[in-house]
Amino acid sequence: MDFTISTYAWIIPLFPFVSFLILLVLGRQMKGIASTISIFAMLLATVSALLLLGETLKNEAQSYTSSVFNWLDIGDFSISFGYEVNNVNVLMLVIVTVVSLLVNVFSKGYMADDERMTVFYSYISLFTFSMLMLVISDNILQLYIFWELVGLCSFLLIGFWYQKKEAKAAAKKAFIVTRIGDIGLFIAVILLFWYMPEHMLSFTAIHNAFETNAHGFSDGMVTLVALLIFVGAVGKSGQFPLHTWLPDAMEGPTPISALIHAATMVAAGVFLVAKTYDIFLASETALLIVGTVGAFTALFAALIAIAQNDIKRILAYSTVSQLGYMMLALGLGTMAAYSAAMLHLFTHAFFKALLFLGAGSIIYALHHEQNILKMGGIGKSMKVTTWTFAIGTLALAGIFPLSGFWSKDAILAQAYEHQPVFFAAALIGVFLTAFYMSRLFFLVFTGDNRSGHTPKESPWVMTLPLIILAVLAVCAGWVAIPGIGTFNEWLVGETMEEKIHWSILIISNVVALLGIGLGYKMFRNKTASSLHEQSGNGLQTVLARKFYIDELYDLIVVKPVRGLGAFLQLWDEFIVGGLVKGSITTTRQIGKMGMRLQSGQMQVYALISVIGMLILLLIFAGRRLI
Amino acid sequence: MLNSYLLLSASLFCIGLYGALSKKNAVIVLLSIELMLNAANVNIIAFSKYGINPSLTGHVFSLFSMTVAAAEVAVGIAILIMLYRNRGISDVTKMDVLKK
Repeated sequence: MDFTISTYAWIIPLFPFVSFLILLVLGRQMKGIASTISIFAMLLATVSALLLLGETLKNEAQSYTSSVFNWLDIGDFSISFGYEVNNVNVLMLVIVTVVSLLVNVFSKGYMADDERMTVFYSYISLFTFSMLMLVISDNILQLYIFWELVGLCSFLLIGFWYQKKEAKAAAKKAFIVTRIGDIGLFIAVILLFWYMPEHMLSFTAIHNAFETNAHGFSDGMVTLVALLIFVGAVGKSGQFPLHTWLPDAMEGPTPISALIHAATMVAAGVFLVAKTYDIFLASETALLIVGTVGAFTALFAALIAIAQNDIKRILAYSTVSQLGYMMLALGLGTMAAYSAAMLHLFTHAFFKALLFLGAGSIIYALHHEQNILKMGGIGKSMKVTTWTFAIGTLALAGIFPLSGFWSKDAILAQAYEHQPVFFAAALIGVFLTAFYMSRLFFLVFTGDNRSGHTPKESPWVMTLPLIILAVLAVCAGWVAIPGIGTFNEWLVGETMEEKIHWSILIISNVVALLGIGLGYKMFRNKTASSLHEQSGNGLQTVLARKFYIDELYDLIVVKPVRGLGAFLQLWDEFIVGGLVKGSITTTRQIGKMGMRLQSGQMQVYALISVIGMLILLLIFAGRRLI
Repeated sequence: MLNSYLLLSASLFCIGLYGALSKKNAVIVLLSIELMLNAANVNIIAFSKYGINPSLTGHVFSLFSMTVAAAEVAVGIAILIMLYRNRGISDVTKMDVLKK
């Protein structure tokens, strides 16, 4: 038998896991080598993932599935832990390991002053482990377990600076809001377990059952399961209406925002939908809802991003919006759109991680200033950051020939062919994206320095990841230049005819350039005084307050729940507590009465026995009479 | 004939009971208890003479009972004397160490 790396793919997640264990044991003593251990483990994982990628590119072998051990045996049924290696999984493995490696390196500079660096690195290692396991899971239950684990890591890392009140609140919010989605996914897993032939939960079984239509689901049930899975994805990927946690999650350290809340974990929702795509394909309604939610979120979040002033929040809304694009593409329901979504996931991971790390570099240089109105003029002193950030901006805006262009164009082309409404939404989204990114870029890098600090270029451990990511942000899209079609073929495993829409290529570029041009005109070379002049009008306030979604949730969810909580507390305090206290008092009173009987006077005792005996006699006599 | 004996024994018993429950002096209480015992003895003898099955058993039994009662009184008096010596009391209402 040939030696194939695929059979050893399960080793990849073990590297970060071992690193997590080591860091956990070391505790805080080994501050100096914590980052080295973590980076080394990630390096090993990345190299193996790349080797695996090389092998899948070389071989035509489609996929490799293996159950490692049985986890639970219930009667004849058993739930196993296993892994699956196919091209989609390998693509995700490469994204996660590469971004995680670069973020690890970047954090060495960014977190250098932090007391709890070991803890930080152990969390990152745990996260990477969980994410990699999620990616190579071969059944949906195992995926769910690691889905929750990445949620936990996200919670821990958002609340990493737990001394900050906002960070604590944001961590809780992220946990609770994603939990709403997770419940949907959990119900979907149960329904799948219930209705699948022989209770099979593996992705292969699901794929086969739905491809051959040999499943035990009615049409309505298929839609329900698909929608419940989508609810899980909505929670994780920050789609409307569960998007509110993602911008708040920016309270965490910036490298974390890059790793978890931009490149990998939030993409898990898209990945989940892609992984169970056969279920969605079986239900028109579910597909339409996925597409609609995606399109709406793409537009909605882009609109909000225009009026935000916190650099990380803008990027967060941008992430929400781009994830909306991926959902939109998945909602189109063709394999070409599916591969377009995965392509966008792939390119987005790199340029969004680049943008976040760039933002981290700026924030680091400006002593944790995050308000873009208080930045400006950084371009002169931070050359590497500026250039790499510019590349990231252009890639996100979708300018030829950077990676974002190809993936966004693939989505646009598919939308144009199948759903003109989605196409229109996506095109407006392109314009808005270009506009808010240019606003961000010109406010931060040009004009007067309004920060009150003199920015200095970050150390090489921070700029090196930026440069590598910038190269990836430029090149990643070239794997799928339309007309060549190798990416689609590789990903989906079937050749598909592709029409090249030259008009769409040109239109999307022109629209993006228009957006950048408008941003350039409005926000270039702002001085400190000229910024104060633009006071908010009505629309701007609505956008700045994020369409009042948080306030709305506060009103319709948080307040009633709080009220219910207060009511239940009163109920507990007075009704339940009253009952308890009442029974205590009664018992105590009875006890006191009994105590009074125990006088120590023998004569009283004797009298009581005589009375008792008389009563007995009376009872007996009475019985006789009756 | 039996009835008058029984009446006598019942009234003796009640007097004894009243004394045992109400008198303060421990010696009187002891005397009252003896009265109750003797009421029982009267009953026993009455039944052995005028009962359904007259026999000597009742007579013998009452002798036993009187012997036991004498022993009991001896022990009782001994306890009372010790109590009086150690604590200086003969009042039963003050003998309430059981409570403590």
